[in-house]
Parts: sequence; C-alpha cells; structure tokens
Amino acid sequence: MSRVAIAVLIALVLLGSTGHPTAAQTAKPVNEDLVHDIAAQLRCVVCQNLSVADSPSEMASQMRAIIRERLAAGESPADVQRYFVDRYGEWILLSPPRRGFNLLVWLLPLAAVVVGLAAAAALVWRWTHGHRGIRPPPVAVDAAMSERIRRELEGRS
Amino acid sequence: MKRLRRWLIPLAAVPVLVLLGYGFRVSPRDIPSPLVGRPAPGFALATLEGAPLDLATHRGKVVVVNFWASWCYPACYEEAPVLERNWRGYRERGVVVVGVDIQDKREAAVKFVGDFGLTFPVVQDLKGAVSVDYGVYGVPETFFLDSQGRIRVKHVGAVTDDVFRTTVDRLLAEAAGP
Repeated sequence: MSRVAIAVLIALVLLGSTGHPTAAQTAKPVNEDLVHDIAAQLRCVVCQNLSVADSPSEMASQMRAIIRERLAAGESPADVQRYFVDRYGEWILLSPPRRGFNLLVWLLPLAAVVVGLAAAAALVWRWTHGHRGIRPPPVAVDAAMSERIRRELEGRS
Repeated sequence: MKRLRRWLIPLAAVPVLVLLGYGFRVSPRDIPSPLVGRPAPGFALATLEGAPLDLATHRGKVVVVNFWASWCYPACYEEAPVLERNWRGYRERGVVVVGVDIQDKREAAVKFVGDFGLTFPVVQDLKGAVSVDYGVYGVPETFFLDSQGRIRVKHVGAVTDDVFRTTVDRLLAEAAGP
C-alpha cells in the first residue's frame, strides 16, 4: 500500500518536474530507488509470490534491466508499468488495481471490520444496558426455611 | 427472529463456500495472455550462427515462434523433435518456425541444437527483451502467428504434433481464404 503511494508520489513529482522528455533528457541517469519501486510492484513471473525486486532469478534481473532502460529512455513509471501489464495482464501486478471487481478485495475487509465493530458494540450495549431494571424474579422461600435462616444468623452473632 | 438467527450463521458460510469453489477451479498457473489477437511484437536478433533474423521479413507467412532453453528439461527436450519434424513437413507450404533461446548460455544452446539436429533458425534473446515483449513467463511457450502477423494461439508447455498440425492447418486455411 505505502509503496504504491510512494511510487505514485514519485511519478507525480517526476511528471511535474520534467514534463515531456526532450532529446537532451532521454539519456538521463536513472534513479535506482525508482527502478526498485516499480520492480517491487511487479510479480516475478518465474517465482512463487516474489516481486521482481526481490527475486534473484535471471528473468527478474532482465526485467529490472528493462525497467531501467525504459526509464532512461524517458518513460514515466506509469508507462513502464503499463508496458508490463499490456504483455502479462493485470496478473503481473502484485496488488490488484482498485477498480471494478477488484474493489471487492479492498472493500470487503473494511466492510468486515465495520460489521464486526457494530456487532461488538451491540453486544456490549446489550450486556450493560439491556437488562437494567429487570430484577430476577423473587425466589419463593417457605416460612420454615426463612425462620431457620433468621435463627442461624442470630446464633452466630 | 429466532428462526432467522438459526439460519444466519449457515447462510454466512455460503458466499465463503462459493468463493472457495471458484478458487479451487481456477489454476493460478493458467494465465490468459492479453497478447492473443494482437499484432506480434517484432524482433531482430542474431541466430546462433550469427546471421541476422528479422521477424518482419516473414510477414505474410504463418510463423511459429517457440521460446525454449537448453536447461528446460524435459518439456523442451520433448518438443524439439516435434518442432523439427513439423518444420520439415510444413516449410514447403510457407510455414516458418523460429526458435528463441532465452536465459541460456550460447554453448549449451549450440549443443542442444546439434543434439536434436534442429534445422530451423534459432535466435538468442540474451537480454530477455523479446521474452518480456511476448509476455513469456516460462519455457517452453509457443506462439502461432497468422499471415497478418497477429498472435493467434499461445501454447504453454511442450508442443505436440496434434497441437502444431491443428493450429497451423487452421491458420493456413485462413490464409488461403474462402
């Protein structure tokens, strides 16, 4: 989540500061952190649950080189990501984009938290307020028993 | 109210079960390529013998682009004779087979080609640029291009005689036109 936010921020800053790349800018040095940020959002295609940034595989290192080259050629991080999505589909993204059916993935946990909190609040309210004023029904005690209790209590003191 | 509550918990399990059922039916390895139906990315690479090969020169033909590696055992070893056999059988009809060797050492690739007596052109994609252009996520993967240069079929895993013939025959028939 935060990585995405950082990448988007960097993308915005870059877009704002450089605008459209000119011929002189096309060979600009590439920020390795940016390469890492883009790679971290891409699934390593030959691994299980690893990002392109974290995988030691040859395929992942080739992909990092491609990210670097494309950035050096003046593409924005969003362009680079789109290039990979165009070829591999959204599957390549480690976090699904927040739209359409995918929204369910982002909203369901939130909904579950809200429902859970509401249920807990309702239960707590019922435990603390729900029974106020309702006394347990008096227990029927026969006269002999109450007389015996009274005697025993007096006998002690 | 009581009756409703008795059903509430079992009912809550239904969407979970539906999701589980869906999840178990879908293979996480089965990824549809967004490239099918789109124009095949072009490439110009050197063959193992050092000759230049440009995909664009084969425009108008049915082209079979096969991604492989010498370390890809057993699938690439199974399909190498299949590709060679069908290349020989179909080349007269204008079908081109191009092997793209990826993530490999030159010597190992040359030995593989020699061992199987492959006669179709094999290029090496040393930087992986072509593999990523084709959205390759493992070897072997084979792309069948129609005569207009579009990717029509992506086959993951070893190519069999049946897959090769059915696909290429269909594309040839299309190219001949009605």
